[in-house]
Amino acid sequence: MQIYADNAATTKMSPAAIESMIQTMQNTYGNPSSLYTIGQVAKEELEAARAAIAAIINAEPREIIFTSGGSEADNQALLSAAMIGKKKGKMHIISSAFEHHAILHTLNKLEKNGFEVTLLPVHENGIVRVEELADAIREDTCLVTIMTANNEIGTIQPIAEIGALCREKGVIFHTDAVQAVGHLPIDVKAQSIDMLSASAHKFHGPKGVGFLYAKKGIVLSNLIEGGAQERGKRAGTENLPGIVAMTTALKEAVDGMDSANAHKTQIRDHLIRGLSEIPHSALNGDAENRLSGNINFSFEGIEGESLLILLDQRGISASSGSACTSGALDPSHVLLAIGRIHDVAHGSLRLSIGEEITVEEADYIIEAVKEVVAYLRSFSPVWRDLMSGKKEFILQ
Amino acid sequence: MALYSEKVMEHFLNPQNVGVIEDADGVGEVGNAKCGDIMKMYLKIDNEVISDVKFETFGCASAIASSSMATEMIKGKPVAEAMLLTNKAVAEALDGLPPHKMHCSVLAEEAIQSALEDYESKKSKS
Repeated sequence: MQIYADNAATTKMSPAAIESMIQTMQNTYGNPSSLYTIGQVAKEELEAARAAIAAIINAEPREIIFTSGGSEADNQALLSAAMIGKKKGKMHIISSAFEHHAILHTLNKLEKNGFEVTLLPVHENGIVRVEELADAIREDTCLVTIMTANNEIGTIQPIAEIGALCREKGVIFHTDAVQAVGHLPIDVKAQSIDMLSASAHKFHGPKGVGFLYAKKGIVLSNLIEGGAQERGKRAGTENLPGIVAMTTALKEAVDGMDSANAHKTQIRDHLIRGLSEIPHSALNGDAENRLSGNINFSFEGIEGESLLILLDQRGISASSGSACTSGALDPSHVLLAIGRIHDVAHGSLRLSIGEEITVEEADYIIEAVKEVVAYLRSFSPVWRDLMSGKKEFILQ
Repeated sequence: MALYSEKVMEHFLNPQNVGVIEDADGVGEVGNAKCGDIMKMYLKIDNEVISDVKFETFGCASAIASSSMATEMIKGKPVAEAMLLTNKAVAEALDGLPPHKMHCSVLAEEAIQSALEDYESKKSKS
């Protein structure tokens, strides 16, 4: 059996998105900046895509900038808001401890350039508290950036409440919605979102394309200088095949969102119940308030990379927050942020399921994980110490 | 999988000398759970020859493969020879490890050293 359970890393492209990409490459090869008909046809397709994406998140077409993906959108959003803040003498930014590295590393860069950054705690359930955000906002706060849903543990943040608070305080609110767009309803007006980042390959679109929504009035700073594409805010000939395919994929994802979420929630909870039967294991992040496709567990006494490779041997593609999977010394900053100490953060497993998963596949995953965890524990000195009482269990 | 050599995968998927020796003459444990790798080695020594060796490892595939390979390399060897086992030799026997996994082979060397030291100190006491 072959089960792809790493949809938070990337998704398989939808056939309709592939088809629209090929069609665009074959038929609409013109440069949207060219004056002649072939170029103008391409321009029309580009603008139709922009309008379609804008409509899906309840934005205006001119508020959408196409980018190379989520990371670029995150970088541009943060640097733009920081520049706006700096001009007003506001150099304080608020974010959370478990943001994606595209956010955290950009914040590090801003700190080196004189900005002050406050990272809000995300607590054991992996959710930011709005009252803590309210306490953290200062006169000189220029930006709040909180992700819509976490990429590792899938917890969904109170975006509308955060947006309303920021609007009231006059602070720009950006959200990295890479894991959410196409999976959760987004309405930038109702949720008071000023800036939002999205990436096509997380919702069955192609890699290398995404978009940044920036509310009218927010002046964007360029990351890439050159021609006048994207209202002069992102130079370079537009990736039209990618943009068209992204649009096709997003329309499809939004049309099927309710049924996909209903199905995935059912399978997710089935997987959570099944994996909870493994002794000394724990679900990471809130059980209810999480993406329908995300399951993240810690298993005591084992290390995640071994677990992943043995699951791969059984046809299951998954992910882990273990240090060994990244080449870093520390395990996932997300798991540390929710209070999992190193010892159990290394033994984590993330399954991110897709719409096509079946109950039989979920059962196969549960059995495989049970067997592999038991096998790895059978020769783990940590497990031996825990079982003999030499060491105390962290996960009950 | 291109991440590891075939040899590493072979020893990871089918590790040799896994387990515990209850009446071991030397036991060594190195690493810590914080870093994500712990190796424990058990030696049975007769007439200064390692007659049996077992290991337990908490860690990634390369840590488990390094433990397996290192135990194979010292099994049946005189203590004096086992003392000379280097992490480089373990890594080479595995047809190489990715650069950031070299510390796994270091742990294997250290675990064996530690078990041999335990044996020597027990011997000098008796």
